[in-house]
Parts: sequence; structure tokens; C-alpha cells
Amino acid sequence: MLRHRIRLLCFASLASVALAASVAPAAAADAYDPWPGLVQDIFNNRPMNDGSDVIGIEMPARAEDAAIVPVTLRTKLSPGDNRRIKTITLVIDQNPAPMAAKFTLGPDANVTEISTRVRVNNYTDVHAVAELSDGKLYVTKVYVKASGGCSAPAVKDAEEAKNRLGQMRYRQFARPEQGPASNIREAQIMIGHPNNSGLQMDQVTHLYIPAFFINEVQLWQDDSPVLAMEGGISISEDPNIRFTYVSNGAKHFRAEAKDTDGHVFQHEWNADASGT
Amino acid sequence: MAHGISVIALLLMLGASTIARAQEPELPVSEVAPGIFVHIGVTALMTRENEGAIANVGFIVGDSAVAVIDTGGSVREGRQLLAAVRKHTDKPIRYVINTHAHPDHSFGNAAFVDPGASFVGHKNLPRALTMRGQFYLDGFRRTMGDALIDEVRLVSPTVLVEDTLKLDLGGRSLTLKAWPPAHSDNDLTVFDERTKTLFAGDLVFLTHIPVVDGSLKGWLDALDELAAIPAERVVPGHGAVSKWPAALADERRYLNALAADVRALIASGKPITVAAETAAASERSRWQLFDDYNARNATAAFSEMEWE
Repeated sequence: MLRHRIRLLCFASLASVALAASVAPAAAADAYDPWPGLVQDIFNNRPMNDGSDVIGIEMPARAEDAAIVPVTLRTKLSPGDNRRIKTITLVIDQNPAPMAAKFTLGPDANVTEISTRVRVNNYTDVHAVAELSDGKLYVTKVYVKASGGCSAPAVKDAEEAKNRLGQMRYRQFARPEQGPASNIREAQIMIGHPNNSGLQMDQVTHLYIPAFFINEVQLWQDDSPVLAMEGGISISEDPNIRFTYVSNGAKHFRAEAKDTDGHVFQHEWNADASGT
Repeated sequence: MAHGISVIALLLMLGASTIARAQEPELPVSEVAPGIFVHIGVTALMTRENEGAIANVGFIVGDSAVAVIDTGGSVREGRQLLAAVRKHTDKPIRYVINTHAHPDHSFGNAAFVDPGASFVGHKNLPRALTMRGQFYLDGFRRTMGDALIDEVRLVSPTVLVEDTLKLDLGGRSLTLKAWPPAHSDNDLTVFDERTKTLFAGDLVFLTHIPVVDGSLKGWLDALDELAAIPAERVVPGHGAVSKWPAALADERRYLNALAADVRALIASGKPITVAAETAAASERSRWQLFDDYNARNATAAFSEMEWE
């Protein structure tokens, strides 16, 4: 009987070692799927329709740098479709704050492409949920592996990040495939901000460092809204949004950003020139 | 009978692991100059199999004390380094110097915690450990496993270097210098006056592709000042102990190529994803681990250079 039990014990410990060895990579993250809970928390359990014909997510399969992972959202509605995308919500399921951003597309701006950069903490699904003018939600997803090596979803040069606080840059890109008379534009807004997550504990005081991030960005051509973003800590330091839109002939491009400390950063540029 | 054998097997297993804990084998080190001992890490990512022993670690023996420079990528490696120190000298370890926060250089710290030893680092090192430590522990659990990671403790320095600091090991003076952001934002170098040996940490890479985790511009700016250090040899963070400053040539070429390519892509309006795919491609054949780090370097460089 004793013999039997000891054998069992040996077997059990061997088995658990083997099990640990075979499932250890990413097992913890994969075992639990947070998405159903996120649908409840972020989208109030509204039904999710297949969005593969509505919205695409482009991300590298592996997050090369955990702090700066490029993501592009591309609308896929055909020109003849009479529905319009009103908002796109980007969710990084396994991040500490999964809702990375909610973009609101200007009703007259015809934004078809939005690129930004996010932090990726873990092996994770990334969902994009588009709300269309038909009142329904459409979802699509990709899977991203966390980075290896010494990168971390933290600022690289903490002093420089502070020095840039509130700086804004605007840039217009030439679209060579469009003729000079085309009214399709591609532009980029950069906002200097450390976008601290607030999830790190100070080693000395054992208090959490308060979060400090950009939570709202609004962009206009003259007084017509182009794009707005509600952001969270999953957006990389120095938030950067590159997007396409249709010019209404406006002379000015305007940006306003707010952060969690109540700072308001505003800037206006000549619409067709790049500048700081 | 079978019963007895099982019990003995169990006891042997238990005994072996206890002994392993108490007395690790020595990390192989070579004496690259009188009183300077170095272990050259394997050029690889940190894994369970290599126990995180991928960075160069070492120690310097003075007339009255020892300084350890970097502690390795696991407490197990740290204990093996400690065993190597004890094989070569019985003088006390007075300083444990971390050249920066990265796990392959600091995960072994816990092996050296002792009332007589002070931990020394860049003034930004405590902040870096705070901001990144938990993420590193979680991330490397995946590739190194629970056994190695469970015993890792983040040990913050109590002696901080703001600019330069001299440490005396008894007849042997070490000059520590804290650098502006370059490889990371907490890089520290150690120069041994007696043998003119520079421990450069990850400010110098050979063979292993350089990794940009601080500021590419800052790193390029630091190269001339680094080259001016009157050293005869360098112990890089990764790669072979080499002649100084000739050892900087490969790294300088790579960082310049990366910066030039990234600046050209930004000027022509290309998105950051194109930089990850194409920048510094001319360097691929010249480095190990190129595909593990180059895209990440390009991504980091692009987001930095955009603000020029």
C-alpha cells in the first residue's frame, strides 16, 4: 500500500513536471479568454456580428517592441454600401487596460484608414469593433505574440518623454497614386506625452505611480470633425495617429488633446502644410 | 524491495536539489588581465536551457575587496558566478555593480545579497526596475520557466551614480560613469585604472546585434566619448573581450546605418511598419540575432527620429 502510494507520488510529480514543460509557454494567458467579459464591460453585451467585410486590423504577428506596436485599422465597406462606420473600438484583450482606443469618425470626413501604436503586454487577441450607421456592431480580430528580450511596455527615455510633454506635430503626406486634384488626404498628428500606465509599483514607497495619459484627442478641418480618439494607457508614449480623410477644402487643420491631469493641448496648422 | 528503491530514489532527488542549491558549480571564467575575471555569455535569447546566461559577467579583485560586475540572467547563474569568485579569492565582495536594468545583467542579483555588499547602479536604475521589473518577471517566466524565475528578486542599488564615482578595492581604483540615454536610460560603465580594462555593459556589442532600448541618437553621440576612454581592452555586454577602441567599429557602423535608413524613410513619408521591414537590412549578414532585434530597433529608432 505504501509502495503503491509512493509510486503514485513519483508518477504524479513526474506527470506534473511533464505537463508544466509542455504547456508552460503562454499557458496562463491562453487558458482564460477575457473576451466575453470585455463584450459585457465595454459593449454592454450587445450582439457582435462578423466584421471581416467591414474592418481589418493589421498588426505584426509578434510585437517586436512591447512599447511600440504599430496597428492599422482599415475600413472594408464597398463604395456602394450605404452604411457608414461611426466608431471603431480597439481592444487588446490581455492588456491591463484592454480598451486601447475608441475612434469616432467624422460624418463627412470619410476616414478609411487609421494607424497608431500600442503597448502589448502579453500574448493576446486584439479586437476591432466597428459600430455602423445601421446601429449594429461588427467585430474582427488578430492574434499578437508579446515581444521577447528586454523590451518592456514602458518609456525608453523617461526624461525626454517629459521634455516633449504637450508638443504637437502635424504632417501631410503626398499620395502619389492620387492626382494633384484629388481631395483624398493622408495626415499624421503626434502628441508628446509619456502616457504612463500607472500600473507600476514604486520599489521604495510601495505605492502605485499615478497614471498620466492622453485620454481625448479631437481633430477638425476648419470646424468639421475629422477624427476623435478616446485613449487609454495601451496607447504608446507620444501618441501618434496617421489617417486618411477627404478634404472639404478647409484652410486649417486643428487638434485638441486632453490628459488625465487636466492639461489641454491645442494647435492649428495650415491644412496643406506640415508643421510643429 | 521495490518500495525501498522508490524511497531511495525520492531521497536522492530531494538530496540532489538541496545540494545544487547550496553549492552551484562554478561559472567558467577567464582572467583577461591581472585580477579581472570574465565569463562570456552565449549569443542567444534567455531560455530555460541556457539559464539566462547570455550576457558577459565578471569580477575585479583588489587588495582588500572584490567588485562583481553584472550578475547574470538567473539567480542560478548568479550563484555560479559567486562560486567562481570564491574559487579565485576569499576577499569579501564589497560592491555589486549593475551596468543597467536588463534581466540578463541583473536577474542574478539575489545571489549576492549580503550585509557587506553594496549594490551600485546608475541614478535611473531604480526607476527602470520599478517601471519594467514586473513585466520582465512575467515575460521571462514564459521562456525560462517557474523554477528559474521564482527565485529572482529585483534588487535595487543603494549606491547611485549621478555622473562619475570612484570605488576603491584596496590599491585598485575603479571609475564608474553614468551615461545619458543610449543603449538604455541607465547605462553605467566601469573602468579599471590598473589594467586599463573597460567594462562597457551594453554600450558595446560585438557579434550580438546591438539593441536600442534608450536613445539611438544618444548612443551615436556617446560613441566618441566612449572611444576616448584610455582603455586597452573592453569587456562588452555581449561578445568577445576585444581591443579598444577598435571594438566599437562594428557597432558604430550598424547604428549609423540604422539611423540613416530610418531618417530617409521618415523624410519620404513612409510609415513605421516599413522601417521595421527594411531599415538596416544591409547589416543582416554581419550580426547574430539580427531577426530577433533589428525590427524592434528600427521601430524604436523611427519613433525617436520622428521628433527631430
